[in-house]
Amino acid sequence: MSAVYPDTWRRPPQIIPNRRWRIAIQCGIVIYLILAIGTVEVNWARVYEGLERGQRFVMGFLQPDFSSRWKDISQGLVESLTMTLTSTVVGVAISVPIGIGAARNLVPRPIYMVCRSIIAVSRSLQEIIVAIFLVAMFGFGPFAGFLTLSFATIGFIAKLLADDIEEIDATQAEAIRATGASWLQLVDYAVKPQVMPRLIGLSLYRLDINFRESAVIGIVGAGGIGATLNTAIDRYEYDSAGAILLIIIAIVMVSEYGSSYLRKFLQ
Amino acid sequence: MTEISHYAQVWSHRTPRKRLLMWLGWLALVALFVWCWQIMTETTIWMFVTDAPRQAADIGGRMLPPRWGYLPELMNPLWDTINIATLGTIGGVIMAVPVAFLAARNTTPSVTILRPIALFIIVASRSINSLIWALLLVAVIGPGLLAGIIAIALRSIGFVGKLLYEAIEETDKRQIEAITATGASQAQILSYGIVPQIMPAFWGISVFRWDINIRESTILGLVGAGGIGLKLNASLATLAWNQVAVILLLILGTVIISEWVSARVRHAII
Repeated sequence: MSAVYPDTWRRPPQIIPNRRWRIAIQCGIVIYLILAIGTVEVNWARVYEGLERGQRFVMGFLQPDFSSRWKDISQGLVESLTMTLTSTVVGVAISVPIGIGAARNLVPRPIYMVCRSIIAVSRSLQEIIVAIFLVAMFGFGPFAGFLTLSFATIGFIAKLLADDIEEIDATQAEAIRATGASWLQLVDYAVKPQVMPRLIGLSLYRLDINFRESAVIGIVGAGGIGATLNTAIDRYEYDSAGAILLIIIAIVMVSEYGSSYLRKFLQ
Repeated sequence: MTEISHYAQVWSHRTPRKRLLMWLGWLALVALFVWCWQIMTETTIWMFVTDAPRQAADIGGRMLPPRWGYLPELMNPLWDTINIATLGTIGGVIMAVPVAFLAARNTTPSVTILRPIALFIIVASRSINSLIWALLLVAVIGPGLLAGIIAIALRSIGFVGKLLYEAIEETDKRQIEAITATGASQAQILSYGIVPQIMPAFWGISVFRWDINIRESTILGLVGAGGIGLKLNASLATLAWNQVAVILLLILGTVIISEWVSARVRHAII
């Protein structure tokens, strides 16, 4: 006498165990896709025409022309790089006090709320939109870009720094406090040594992000390599555009490897 | 008993030599900053900068009150924006999966040739912002939703690919070994050993990227790639700041909702 064992095995579903829900969600996805794809109007004649241009762009990428627009490219690069560095330095300098103020274990509640709302505002506004406003206020050029990137840096660094300070080893802070240290001494001797390596790492990471962003905000007039790229594409000079993109990719790669190496070295 | 007199009276954290080096480091940073600052502000017109508070007050005055009557006109572009983000994410994820398997050290078929190519694809996609992709694609295939969708998809490859290949590299070796021991083929190992392990990470990454893409697709219209950004561009061009205010509030609302949805879904999965 033996029970009938099933001789085939079906893999159990992983994400949504309930069968009805699964079918409902799948139907919902199909309906959405039909609706969404239906609204995408594609002018195939235009796409076909564009293929030749696409081919020229790919050729421009493979045979980049660094020389004929080198003056513009180098000026854009210098603007981007200086903008990146100054905005990171200023942004970090401003975000350190805000980050300390946004740490619940160091400050009274009103200050905490104010600093957290500054962070929330800075994080919810996109760089491009901030850049549009700052360009309207401060005029075209890298100065508006510098302000945009500094503003974006505050939200990023201050939030991560505050989260980090909230997670410090409380026993060390208590030991310093037991010696009768003032609040400033507490920050200097108990908090700073614990968060400094991470702050440096975050600043380097932000340097990297700021460079990438500096290539974008130029499109709305905030200076840097993005402005040069925009001009090159507007003039259909795909070989120069390809050269600019390759330079951006190369710098990002170098800074990514450089910053990960530096972070390892510092820790 | 002799008195101990050779101890320093004041304790300090570092040796004098180290402190000197640190000061030199800070000095170098400040010098670099000042130098960069001077190069950057060479062409700045300071008259415009000092004028900024007045300009800000002027723009702020024009933005209020927001022109709420403009809202119904924005619903269609908003639907387009959500479609750009969603379809773009789907396309990007479909392209990112093979790249991730080629880039992960434990699943790549060839470490010397295919892995560096896959890593280069990931870095190239990550280092070029979706706005720049859109700029190129609008020039190539013309303005419209399709350019936006492809731009979002191309940008997503790098993000999804990088996080997914890290997840693949972190899979538990013993489970794969167990599947191998049953005599499974390479494809079966992939399907039964690796895929179930990375499934939660995969959905989490995709939803996270979708959330970021909603954010990014709202501005793609600035370069002509469809969606609500087109309206933003038009309103900016005509200096209709009260319409700009409505659009920005709508974008903010959309971003907050998508962030909430993505946080809920990720919480449910992981």
